Amino acid sequence: MRIVDALPPVAPTLALLIAAVMGTLAKLERWRRALQLLAIVTAASVTAMCVVLLVHTGDGVEVHWFGGWTPRSGVAGAPSRIHAIGIDFAVDPLGAGMATLAGVLVTAALVFSWRYFEQEAAFFEALMLGFLAAMVAFSFTGDIFDLFVFFELMGVCAYALTAYRVEDRGPIQGALNFAVTNSVGAYLMLAGIGLVYARTGALNMAEIGEALAGRPLDGLVVVSFLIIAVGLMVKASIVPFQFWLADAHAVAPTPVCVLFSGVMVELGLYGVVRVWWSCFAPAFGAHATVVKGVWLGLGISTTLVGALFCIVQHHIKRLLAYSTMAHAGMFLCGIALFTPLGLGAVGVYVLGHGLVKGSLFLGSGLLLHRFRSVSERALFGRGRVLPLAGVLWSIAALALAGLPPFATYAGKGLMEDASIHAGLPWLPAVLVVASALTGGAVLRVGLRVFLGLGHQPPDDATSRHAGFEEETGEEQHTPVTMWVPVAALLAACCAAGLLPALFDGAQTAAARLLDPLAYGHAILAGTPSPVPAVHLESTAPTLFDAGTGAAAAVGAVIVGVVPCAVRVEGRARSAPARWLRRLRHLQSGDVRDYLTWLVLGAGIVGAVLALGAMR
Amino acid sequence: MDFLPYVVSAWLFGVGVVAMVTARNLISLIMALVVTQSSTYVLLLAIGYVTGAAPPIFASVPSSTPAVDPVVQALTLTDIVVEATVTALLLTFAVRAHQRFGTLDPRELRALRD
Repeated sequence: MRIVDALPPVAPTLALLIAAVMGTLAKLERWRRALQLLAIVTAASVTAMCVVLLVHTGDGVEVHWFGGWTPRSGVAGAPSRIHAIGIDFAVDPLGAGMATLAGVLVTAALVFSWRYFEQEAAFFEALMLGFLAAMVAFSFTGDIFDLFVFFELMGVCAYALTAYRVEDRGPIQGALNFAVTNSVGAYLMLAGIGLVYARTGALNMAEIGEALAGRPLDGLVVVSFLIIAVGLMVKASIVPFQFWLADAHAVAPTPVCVLFSGVMVELGLYGVVRVWWSCFAPAFGAHATVVKGVWLGLGISTTLVGALFCIVQHHIKRLLAYSTMAHAGMFLCGIALFTPLGLGAVGVYVLGHGLVKGSLFLGSGLLLHRFRSVSERALFGRGRVLPLAGVLWSIAALALAGLPPFATYAGKGLMEDASIHAGLPWLPAVLVVASALTGGAVLRVGLRVFLGLGHQPPDDATSRHAGFEEETGEEQHTPVTMWVPVAALLAACCAAGLLPALFDGAQTAAARLLDPLAYGHAILAGTPSPVPAVHLESTAPTLFDAGTGAAAAVGAVIVGVVPCAVRVEGRARSAPARWLRRLRHLQSGDVRDYLTWLVLGAGIVGAVLALGAMR
Repeated sequence: MDFLPYVVSAWLFGVGVVAMVTARNLISLIMALVVTQSSTYVLLLAIGYVTGAAPPIFASVPSSTPAVDPVVQALTLTDIVVEATVTALLLTFAVRAHQRFGTLDPRELRALRD
């Protein structure tokens, strides 16, 4: 047995085991530093294992059957079918890549929080490791019920981390909103899984795919796909299921936001991709175009709503959360292209976005640690004492907009090429506008906070409430353990953008994932999946990519500088401002409103899907 | 009457969501969430039969007798464990909310305004 065969089960188990040990020892104050160090070492080891798996799975799927229960044929009821009687981890390059990203971000967040929290118990680290284990296992699993279990484990850790500052009011309300909406999503998903099991008698995703492929599409399959996808899209913050996102980001400790924005939201989309292509795409057949249209519609609405809410925000963590939402919408558009280049581009873009967004959230953590506020207005000009942070922030803002040579540039460029190949020449325009708006909003924050550019904006309610008690007391000194992760994540994003092998690898991996029969064969029959015979596009950057990259970066600078030069605050009574205020009131903070939107959205998406599938 | 469990399941889900949306108390909101989840238990148990199976424990019945599918029972148990965890966590939040806000009315929680 090779060592690499043991890695899929060991990586999440190790994190879970150490999390359990730390949970029991957390109150030993003298061991505080040792426990923190243990957590960092564990997270780094898990990351290393995921990197090994990523390199190793470059040529296929690494399958692990728990307890050695490999698939058998000749099971009663369907003797000709190969039946997965066991539970498997099926690690392909996209899954290993998501797990690696989760590992890197958890490690960076743990290093950052070395001197961030004042209290003594190490429950934070234990929860972070539990969160990591759930994310890695979610990326690895080949079983649809386990997908639900790890979805919920991820959720429970995330809810607890959101409410970590349980002495304050905001975190409690944010965690409640987050937990209730995501739990309803999870139950929808579970109901869908139950329906699929009733139809196929299978929980293994490859087996479900094979069992559904031979039948005509019917209502039960459409409904089960709909509710599974809606459940996952709640986590992916797709409009109109996104309301929990900003609330949770506003109140969760900043190192936790790194994980929410950088990888958890994207894992929701990863789940959609996994479930669609492994289980449902063959069953939908020609009706897949309906799904494609629905995803494009949802993706574009999410992108535009996210970008709009992002530029009008002054609460830095909320602003970054809306930028994540805009990017999640762009990722969904890329997935909806249904091509290897499109999906591969999303993979690269997710990696680049996760790293740069992690750097930005940790940067806002620096501000919070130093000045006890994350309000752009309250922080006006006070960042002048942190010039290095200002430089890193501005570079990260432009990287977010897709400045070469960051991985976000490569991901966005590839996605633009893919949309032109797929016959959607207008999609690059949406990507450029959304990138410019979100990157520009972040840049504006940087210019105001670190340079004090423009007019001192008036104080308002947001700025007074934005500095809740995540940290105690202003600090005169920023420890080096906080600087290093901010710079390292940005450097990693740049390095990833300079690796052409990554782009080709992502496209090949995507091509294999889009070929459900090859995937099913690799898992059920145990034969390595051949590279499917599809035409792979060139991933070399083109002049067009450079042009759109430059346009997005210039756009971001304009969006960033103009509000500093012009007084926009005085125009609050104009008609667009009134409409915007009305729109922002939808983010009411009342979880019951969010649930209404969730049900309404699921109904609308379901109606469109059903009408399309009937035609 | 084969469809009855499915109707009950859908009904429980719907009633739970309506109760959550109209809840005036966090505890009843969380209990409504539990009702919503119990719809998944009913659904899982409703689908938990296979025909033509060879049950592993006894072999003296004709194979046309519906046999209980052990997989869904394992699923339901896992589901209950998950639900217990989430409910416990949510009830903790509710207790904390009562301490900090002095109320359990979701309309009175005003710490988050965009």
